[in-house]
Amino acid sequence: MNSEKKYKLLQGNEACVEGALAAGMRFFAGYPITPSTEIAEISAQKLPQLGGKFIQMEDELASMAAIIGGSLAGLKSMTATSGPGFSLMQENFGYAAITEIPCVIVNVQRGGPSTGLPTSPAQGEIMQAKWGTHGDHPVVALTPNSVQETYEYAIEAFNIAEKYRTPVILLMDETVGHMREKLQFKDPSEIKVVNRKKPTCKPEEYIAYKPDEDMIPPMASFGEGYRYHVTGLTHDETGFPTNNNEISGKLVQRIVDKVEKNIDDITFYEEYKMEDAEIVIVAFGGVSRAAKSAVDNMRNNNIKVGMFRPITIWPFLEKQISAVSEKAKEIYVAEMNLGQYFIEVDRVAGKKCPVKKINKITGELITPKEISDAVMGGRE
Amino acid sequence: MFDKLELRLSGSGGQGVILAAIIIADAAIEQGINAIQTQSYGPEARGGSSKAEVIISKDEINFPKVTTPNILLALTQNSYDKYIATLDKNGILVVDESVDIVHDAPYTIYSLPILETAQNKLGTHMVSNIVSVGALYALIGEDVIDKDIMLKSITNRVPPVTVDKNISAFEEGIKLIRG
Amino acid sequence: MNTNCSNLTEKYFRVNRLPHIWCPGCGHGTLMNTVVRAIDKLGLNKDEVVLVSGIGCSSRAPGYLDFNTLHTTHGRALAFATGIKLANPKLHVIVIMGDGDSSAIGGNHLIHAARRNIDITTIVFNNNIYGMTGGQYSPTTPYGDFATTAPFGNIDKPFDLCSLAQGAGATYVGRATAYHAPMMQKLIENGLKNKGFSFIEGLSLCPTYYGRKNKKGNAVKMHTFFKDNCVDVKVLEKNPEKAENKILLGEFYNNPKPEYTESYQVIIDKFQNK
Repeated sequence: MNSEKKYKLLQGNEACVEGALAAGMRFFAGYPITPSTEIAEISAQKLPQLGGKFIQMEDELASMAAIIGGSLAGLKSMTATSGPGFSLMQENFGYAAITEIPCVIVNVQRGGPSTGLPTSPAQGEIMQAKWGTHGDHPVVALTPNSVQETYEYAIEAFNIAEKYRTPVILLMDETVGHMREKLQFKDPSEIKVVNRKKPTCKPEEYIAYKPDEDMIPPMASFGEGYRYHVTGLTHDETGFPTNNNEISGKLVQRIVDKVEKNIDDITFYEEYKMEDAEIVIVAFGGVSRAAKSAVDNMRNNNIKVGMFRPITIWPFLEKQISAVSEKAKEIYVAEMNLGQYFIEVDRVAGKKCPVKKINKITGELITPKEISDAVMGGRE
Repeated sequence: MFDKLELRLSGSGGQGVILAAIIIADAAIEQGINAIQTQSYGPEARGGSSKAEVIISKDEINFPKVTTPNILLALTQNSYDKYIATLDKNGILVVDESVDIVHDAPYTIYSLPILETAQNKLGTHMVSNIVSVGALYALIGEDVIDKDIMLKSITNRVPPVTVDKNISAFEEGIKLIRG
Repeated sequence: MNTNCSNLTEKYFRVNRLPHIWCPGCGHGTLMNTVVRAIDKLGLNKDEVVLVSGIGCSSRAPGYLDFNTLHTTHGRALAFATGIKLANPKLHVIVIMGDGDSSAIGGNHLIHAARRNIDITTIVFNNNIYGMTGGQYSPTTPYGDFATTAPFGNIDKPFDLCSLAQGAGATYVGRATAYHAPMMQKLIENGLKNKGFSFIEGLSLCPTYYGRKNKKGNAVKMHTFFKDNCVDVKVLEKNPEKAENKILLGEFYNNPKPEYTESYQVIIDKFQNK
């Protein structure tokens, strides 16, 4: 029985499902779309074997709605999509945010806009991940850069969703979704699994949206005897709609604060050869793999260059980027879009040092040479 | 001494070059060396030409894509025409003998009866990808990946009823290089 | 009758959420009442009843009722409900939608939920108009009628929602009106008993927008219209001439088929028994 290997050659998309299952995912609703479809296919294969549920919905609007329903009924829920589907999911992403229903949304980014380049990598949804749904709302988005990290941050995404009662985006790209690498499985005993906080009071005392000290209200599942009301309208602590301006404002402020004020708890990043770096390349996801190679190549030519790689894309790692800008003489933001993360980096670091862009929107991964050419060209 | 190898496997859709690449990558990680496998998707993967890539390396592999392969496999004229320019000039070209090639090129050339071996010796063109794996393995070398591990990787990845045939195909592929 | 109104109110309503927001004469209150009476008649455990709604006048009903209640986004109620039912098939899931909610923005979700035959009882409060936004024409506004967005008369053809649901795969289908409340209650009861997708259309009335725009008179007159112009579908058997130019009511379709969550459970059980 236990002769099963602890590692396997897997695609990023496969590792995503492995991580989700390890975190306790038992409900998946989705709609086929390249390049994320394997996540649905493998979920369809594996979930019923674990007593979990998979459903292919009629579109991504419905997929997002269904996972919120699944989560409210007590199962850890996920959906996965790519560009066009991610656009459709924005509607109910906002619903999950304001109703504080934990769920995980995977977006394996491909070339856009519109149908764009379905089979090619891109990172064009950095800003959409943050601002795609209307209104102010909390967003957590994590970007893995390897098969191993996809597994680990799928687990993390569920844990954050459960802990903070908020939708979490696992923002992948086609490069990471489709490449095969070794995945080292973790022993269940090594995996930290967080489950949502449940009410401990009697049902008649339950005030569904009354937050504890930590700003997070305990969450009962439908069917557990705590009959309560959930609405996408701004609501008071009882969960019922209110037009009261002060209460409405406080609600939105709280759901944003519960994430933003806990940013240190959800901050993940990698620094590579940063100790003495004068030039810093900021890169994430698939592009960071090229950036790392470029750093090595330039270091061989005695260029003092390093890489800062945000894994937490949202909330923006303002503190860390600010610290980088204190020491760097130049920052390059390399991304497969026309400069989205750049906007945030430039906002924070631009006053301290020049921030430059390295962009590619051809549907191909930026190469190490393109990065080093940009950096070296900038120095001549 | 082996340090890092980049392979590009190309052919027409349906020839199974992606599976061939997966088998090599699978064996590499089983051997305890790093490997990464990528492929082209989309219209390119449905009929027409198809390509898959593998990098195996003693060190950590960062950039996952193959740009200048050390070994290029081309099973068809189309794939040869399309990818030959990317081959490292000190690299190795492995082509099916049906492919017309430029002979005064700087790289080492193996023009092998891969498709014919599959069809005539093993009775099905379906195993030409595993014949190719055999040929590529002979070039990668037993000092890099143990043969047992290669055999296990093939066994694990092909349909169970075809294991014996695929193992034979692998051996035939090795013979095409070693004689 | 032991189920008098005040008993029901105390037992099933969130009294502190009343009075409701519906206009005087609106048919929605009556229809909501038939939902409660049907639940009471079947003696369902309140903790196991989930009421899901979308957006519009109809969507406010669950907020007044003491169950697990979910007020979702416009048109998506059935997609949320599908997630709930599949995640926990023990729950009795009831969806309340409006005509625009269910058949315009939510039309796709309606046909697919029906197609799956998932055990959800869907009740549409059909008032032939978008009331919450002030009287725009909906997919059930009759041809030629007026609305704020059809100032020269509606040139869209209306949906027959019951035919739509039946064609899509619903296994229990019926229609009643706010005037025919006992029939409405009975249909909902049967819908809840049906292990599969049940679709009950409740014709409602909107004196404020649809009625005024189309000179239909006050609420009493609109109720009288239902009384005079609806016949039970059973007349088709013996006196089909009585159905001419009338609105058909009653049970249109009752044909149980394999239910979605049960079919899924069969797949799960295959692995559990291994």
